[in-house]
Amino acid sequence: MGVAYYTKDEKDRVLDVTLQSGLKVKPVYTPEDLKEIGFDYEKDLGDPGQYPYTRGIHPQGYRTRAWTTRQYTGFGTPVETNERFKLMISHGQTGLNVAFDLPTQMGYDSDDPRVAGEVGRVGMAVDTLRDFEIAFKDIPLDRIGVGLTINAVASIMLAMFQATAEKYGYKKDQISATPQNDILKEIIGRGTWIFPVKPSIRLIGDTIEYSMNELPRCNPVSICGYHIRESGATPAQEIGFAIQIANTYIDNVLARGYHVDDFVRRFSFNFNVFGNLWEQVAKFRAGRKLWAKNLKEKYGAKNPKSLFLRGLFGGGGYGLTKKEPENNIVRGAFYALAAALSGAQTIALCSYDEAYTIPTPHSALLSLRTLQIVMEEVGLRDTVDPLAGSYFIETLTKQMEEKIVEEMERLEKMGGMAEAVEQGFVQKLVAQQAYQFEKDLQTGKLKKVGVNLYADESKEEEDVALHEYDPSVVDQQIERLKEVKRERDDKEVARTLRELRKAAEDGKNVMPFLVDAVKAYATVGEMTNVFREVFGEFNEPRIV
Amino acid sequence: MGESEKRTIRVLVAKPGLDGHDRGAKVVAQALKEAGMEVIYTGLHQTIDQIVQTALQEDVDVIGLSILSGAHLPICEELIKKMREKGMRDVKVAVGGVIPKRDVEKLKALGVNAVFPGGTPFDTIVEGIREIAAT
Repeated sequence: MGVAYYTKDEKDRVLDVTLQSGLKVKPVYTPEDLKEIGFDYEKDLGDPGQYPYTRGIHPQGYRTRAWTTRQYTGFGTPVETNERFKLMISHGQTGLNVAFDLPTQMGYDSDDPRVAGEVGRVGMAVDTLRDFEIAFKDIPLDRIGVGLTINAVASIMLAMFQATAEKYGYKKDQISATPQNDILKEIIGRGTWIFPVKPSIRLIGDTIEYSMNELPRCNPVSICGYHIRESGATPAQEIGFAIQIANTYIDNVLARGYHVDDFVRRFSFNFNVFGNLWEQVAKFRAGRKLWAKNLKEKYGAKNPKSLFLRGLFGGGGYGLTKKEPENNIVRGAFYALAAALSGAQTIALCSYDEAYTIPTPHSALLSLRTLQIVMEEVGLRDTVDPLAGSYFIETLTKQMEEKIVEEMERLEKMGGMAEAVEQGFVQKLVAQQAYQFEKDLQTGKLKKVGVNLYADESKEEEDVALHEYDPSVVDQQIERLKEVKRERDDKEVARTLRELRKAAEDGKNVMPFLVDAVKAYATVGEMTNVFREVFGEFNEPRIV
Repeated sequence: MGESEKRTIRVLVAKPGLDGHDRGAKVVAQALKEAGMEVIYTGLHQTIDQIVQTALQEDVDVIGLSILSGAHLPICEELIKKMREKGMRDVKVAVGGVIPKRDVEKLKALGVNAVFPGGTPFDTIVEGIREIAAT
């Protein structure tokens, strides 16, 4: 959606511009503006690669390393997913991003009666290690980083990834997985939560602690301001809430006796890019600075790498329209521009058809091509942080910083992130904003080309085309699950699950026990049930 | 119309199945509330049995399902079957979410009273709910 508010007079002169985060934009900026905000190059920006990293975390930006492209991929069965992975790699994609089906995300096996009709529908079905072995066959896991888009049971998927890589001869220090593993944003915005807030945070702490000691190249958590924004948060809230979520996970690990420098450099973020271009750029520059300051001042981080806000900036799902979907290709290019001007390490774009279907190979390739064109043809790698020094951008970056801090303070007043999520305060806030945005879009207060502006009434809206769902996929998946269950050593499964339960009850790190259970071919449902029994389930607060 | 406006319409907004994308459900719940209806939102991950149970307890006029996973046909089929078993003849069913046009008629054939695919304006939804509640 278009997200800034414009007031115009009858001659189409723009009288007022208010960005989504609530900041006003002036018609002209001059050196006076910089004076007014007390702009100080060293303090506010520093050189790229220098504290506070406003200008980026690398001294030369994309000169030394282009951004990674990582489109979201994963279909029905592990076999199909494996084929798609190989296709994307052959097109030059440098990282994989796995989509899982909902039963897997919710910790149910494919033969569970609760999941009828959902197996393999929105991603890959995983029941046991066998599925991972098939999905990652012949993928060079020492070269290709793998995003695992899963949260409540991310610990189980990380254990599966390790076990698979070991089976294929890779060492633990060679492989790089990035499980999404951000349960607080799931509760706020995406809904695949299982366990209550506190044990969920503990599981995330377990994966962070385990990765630090055993999987040094893995990024155990990817904090997603992205979905919070999709749920109705402003860009300032997106950053502010993400920092507070990250701090919640940091605090859990610190309580185990570690120093923040031991692990926080492996944190990564996932942020959204739709909306006003300048606001996005200012958001990322301010966000990098605030994250660095947060680590240094609040947590006493010493290692410069601990201060880097690294991440995937992209997507833009909320900005896409079902009407005249080809327009989304153009929008995608501008979203990629926003991400690149903001110094993203990794960029992925929603495909143009994502507003009404699961992307086809053709539309996924178009997104990848968009990113490649932005990288290779228009000069985004020429120089680092090219907008720096602009009277406007520097003023807006500083204002955005203040706005983000304001949003963080508001949340502190609600009792901190874990409490605010447990009680539903954040959910309520973003839901109300989402309603307001939606209403403004319907009344035309917010503009969207082809939807409420220059709309071609003669054009039929594109119909929703669901990804061809093949029911035989379910049969194959259940058949494989049965086969694994026949072949596995049931005593070993029972033993590893017993040990897992004990570790969960005793507050031990569950990861090594999960790896053992996975290697014994325990199912996702069996392992999740151990946690369900020990931890219970989240009781969703009523917010409507 | 006149009759129905006297009694406040009670709507159960429900999220069946495992899909957790609930922005649409919450936003529509908000819009119906603002239009003067009483809205109960089930929250996520509801089984059909749970939804039917809540609808009975809350004595609603309309059950509004929000489905984005693509599983709308099997879900609605099961809901209608369970509602019939419970004798809920007066309760109407509306469905919103990611619904292809070609499935609208199929849903209606199953017994769904109104379908509001993603992007339907609030006014249309409010009117539609009033209409089916009045029949």
